[in-house]
Amino acid sequence: MTYPPNGGQAPPAPGAPSLPAVPPQAAPPSARPAGPPAAPARPPERAPEPPRRTAWAEGVDRLRAAATTEPGRLRVIGAVLAALVVAFGAVTAWQTTTRADAADAVLTSSQPLSDDAAAVYRSLADANTAAASGFLAGGQEPAESRERYEKDIRTAAEKLVTAAANSEPGSPSADLIARIDRLLPEYKGLVERARANNRQGFPLGGAYLRYANEKMQEQMLPDAERLYLRESRRLRSDYADATPYPWAAIGLGVLALGALAWAQRRTYLRTNRVLNHGLVAASAASAVVLLWLVVGHSVARAGLNDSYDHGVRSLDVLHDARIASLKARGNENLTLVSRGAETRRTASGTVDAYDYAYRTEMAALGKGLTVAEELADDRAGREPVAAAVAGMKEWRERHGEARAADDAGDYQEALDRVIGARSEKPTGECFDNVDRLLGDAISHEEAQFRQAAGDGRDAMTGLPAGAAALTVLGAGGAVLGIGRRLSEYR
Amino acid sequence: MRVRRVRAGLRGWGGVGAMAVVCALTAVFALLLPLSQTHGGGAGTGAGGLGHAVPSRAEACEDPEEQSPPPSGADGPTIEAIKNRKDRRLVIGVDQNSYRWGYRDPNSDRDDAELEGFDIDLAHRIAQEILGDPDAVRFRAVPTNERIPAIKEGRVDMVVRTMSISCERLREVAFSAPYFETGQQLLAPRKSDIEDYDEKMLEGKRICAAQDSTALATLEADREAGELAASTEIRTVPNQLDCLVRLQLGEVDAVVTDSALAASQAAQDPSVALKGKPFTTEYYGVAMKKGPDDDLVRRVNQVLEDYRRDGWEQSYDKWLAGTLGESPGPPSVSYR
Repeated sequence: MTYPPNGGQAPPAPGAPSLPAVPPQAAPPSARPAGPPAAPARPPERAPEPPRRTAWAEGVDRLRAAATTEPGRLRVIGAVLAALVVAFGAVTAWQTTTRADAADAVLTSSQPLSDDAAAVYRSLADANTAAASGFLAGGQEPAESRERYEKDIRTAAEKLVTAAANSEPGSPSADLIARIDRLLPEYKGLVERARANNRQGFPLGGAYLRYANEKMQEQMLPDAERLYLRESRRLRSDYADATPYPWAAIGLGVLALGALAWAQRRTYLRTNRVLNHGLVAASAASAVVLLWLVVGHSVARAGLNDSYDHGVRSLDVLHDARIASLKARGNENLTLVSRGAETRRTASGTVDAYDYAYRTEMAALGKGLTVAEELADDRAGREPVAAAVAGMKEWRERHGEARAADDAGDYQEALDRVIGARSEKPTGECFDNVDRLLGDAISHEEAQFRQAAGDGRDAMTGLPAGAAALTVLGAGGAVLGIGRRLSEYR
Repeated sequence: MRVRRVRAGLRGWGGVGAMAVVCALTAVFALLLPLSQTHGGGAGTGAGGLGHAVPSRAEACEDPEEQSPPPSGADGPTIEAIKNRKDRRLVIGVDQNSYRWGYRDPNSDRDDAELEGFDIDLAHRIAQEILGDPDAVRFRAVPTNERIPAIKEGRVDMVVRTMSISCERLREVAFSAPYFETGQQLLAPRKSDIEDYDEKMLEGKRICAAQDSTALATLEADREAGELAASTEIRTVPNQLDCLVRLQLGEVDAVVTDSALAASQAAQDPSVALKGKPFTTEYYGVAMKKGPDDDLVRRVNQVLEDYRRDGWEQSYDKWLAGTLGESPGPPSVSYR
C-alpha cells in the first residue's frame, strides 16, 4: 500500500495495483478529503507532518471510487471472489494438514509409544516376579523362570531404547527413561548377587532379593508408571488435535460459495446470461473442495473416534488389568518369600502385607476385566477376556487352597500350589493363562485400533494438496469469468 | 540415593563445609536429645573395647538375664489354652535370614523347604516337651522390629529369634532364662582400617545396625554419651543381614550386631571379618507375652533346663561350631 507524500493532495501517480488481476486504471477523482484525517493534527515541530491515513481508509476510498463505474465494480468483485476462494483453499490445506499430522502421530508414534511404555512396565514387573519365583524354587533355579526373567529384561531394555529414540531430549519422559535405564543394570546386579548367594545356600541371597525387589517396587516401577501415564496423555492430546471440525475452513468455503452465487445472480440480472463459465468453474471447484473437506474430515473423525472408543479405551483397561495381574502374582510369591515378615495394620487387624497387596490387585484385576468385557465389541475381543475371567476365578480358588496349606503350616504344600509343577495345579498356571489371554485381547484391540485409526488417517489423504490445487483453479476461474465481463466494456 | 548425593556434594565442598554442617547438626542433636531420651539407651551391661556407655537413665533392673521365674513342669492357663486350640500347635516367631540360626537352606537335602538352625532346633524341642510333638509348631517369620508387637498382639506365642534379654524389653515382654551368651561386635571388610569398636577409627564412617536391635540401642547410647564421634553415621535396616548387603555394596563401612550373628555373616562372606572383641555381654532368651500367668515362661525354663543337659551341645556342634568355634557351653542360669 502506498501512502501519499502529502496529505490532502491527490496521489501523483496511479496507485500500485493493490488488487490482483485488475488492470491498472487512472487515478480516482480526488475524493480524498471526504473523511476526516485519521491522525489528529498537531502543530508540526520540525517538518510539517501530513496527517497520516490508514491503509484501510485508503483502500476503502479507492474502492468507493472504483465502485462508481461498472468495470470498476467488476474488478473489485473479481478480486474479492478470487481472494475468498484462495483463502478457502489455504485455510483448508492448513487445517487438514495439522489434523492429518496429528492423526498420523496417533497411529505411528504416540499410540505405539504408549504401548511401549506399557511393555516396559510389564516386562519389569514380570522380571521381578520371575526372579522371586526362581528364588522360591530353591538353589537350583528352574530354567523356565530364569529364561522368563532374561527375556523380560531384554524386552524392557529394547523398549526403553525405542522410547528413548522417540522422546524429546530434556523432556520429562526422557528423564524418566534415563532413570529407568540407569537403575536396570543396578537391579540386575542385585538379582545376580542374590542368585550367586542362593546357590551357595546363604540366606544372604534372600536379603539381596529383597533389596532388588525394593529397588524395583519403589523406584523403577513408579518411574515406568509415570512414563506410561505421560505417553497416554500425549496420545490423548494427539487425538484432541486430530478430531475437531475445521470450522474456519468450512466457514470460508460457505462464504466463498455464497459470494460466487451472488456474483452469478448479479451477472444474470444485469446481462440475462445464465452461465458465466469462469464463475461456474470456480463454484464447482469450491463446492468440491468443501464437500471433500466435510466428508473427508467426518470420515477421518469417525475413524479416529472409533479407534479411540474401541481401541485405545479397551487397550488402557487391558493394560491396567494385565499390570494388576502381574502385581498380584508378584505379591503372591512374596507372601511365601517373606513368610509373614511384613505385616500391615488394617481396620480388621494385622494382616500379611503381601497377601493384602495380592488381594487389592486381584480386586483391581476383576474390576478391569469387567470393564474390558463391556468395552469389547466383537466376539474375537470378548472371548479372551471372558476366558481370562474364568482363569482369574480358578486362580483365586487355587490361591485360597495354597493359603490354607500355608496357614496349616504346610509350607512345602503351599509352595507347590503356587510355583509347583503342572500336576500340582499351581496358581502359576492360572496366572500364565490370564497373562496370555490378556496378551491376546491386547493384540486384537491393537489390530482394531490400527485398522480404525488407519482408515481415519487415510480419509484425509490428498485433501490438503487437492484443496490447494482445486481452489487455485477456482480462483483462476473466477478471475477469468469476471475478465470476460470486463472485456465487454472495451 | 539422595543421601549419597548429598555426601558427594559435601566432599566436593571440602572438609570446611562438612565440618560446619556437622557442627550445626551436633548443636541440633544436643538440643533435641533430651527430648527423645525416653526412647534411647537401655542396652547391654558389659563393657569392653571402648569404655561402653551405661544408659544414663537410672535402671531399676540390673541383671536382666536373671529376672525369669524358676522352672516348673506344670501346665497353667496359658498352656491349657494352647492345648485346647483347634489347631493344636505352638506359633513361634523366628527368623529366616540368620545363617545357621534360623534360615532356609535352598540346597537342603530335605524336600520340605523348612527352616532350620540353632533357634529352630530349640523351637522344635519346646513344642515336643509342651505338646508332645516336635512338629506341632507353626513358624512365623518376624522382622527384628516386629518381635515385640507380634508377641504383645498375640500373633505368636513366643519368639525364638536371637533375641537379647534387656531391661528395656523386659518392660514389654517376659523372657525365659538365657540360652546363649553373646555380645555386640563389629564386623568390617578384612582389609578395612577399622580394627575395633573405637571412637577414632569410626570417625566419619557409616555403621549399619538393624532397627530396634540392641546393637542400635548401644550405638545410640554411646553417641549420647559422646563416645561415638558425631561424624559417625548410623544407618538402620529392617534385618541384620541387610547390613551385610549394604556392606558388600559399599553403602556402609562397618556393621554392629551380636557376635553370634556377626559370625554367621562372616561365614557367608570370607572377605569380611569380626573386628576386636565383643564390647557388651548379652544373653539370648525366649520372649513371651507378659501377663499375670507365667506358666508358659516357667515351662519354657523347664524345657531349657532339660535342653542344657541334653541337646544344646549337639545343636551347637551341628550349627554353630563351624562359625563360632569350640563350644563355650550353655550360659549358667539363675532365676528371680
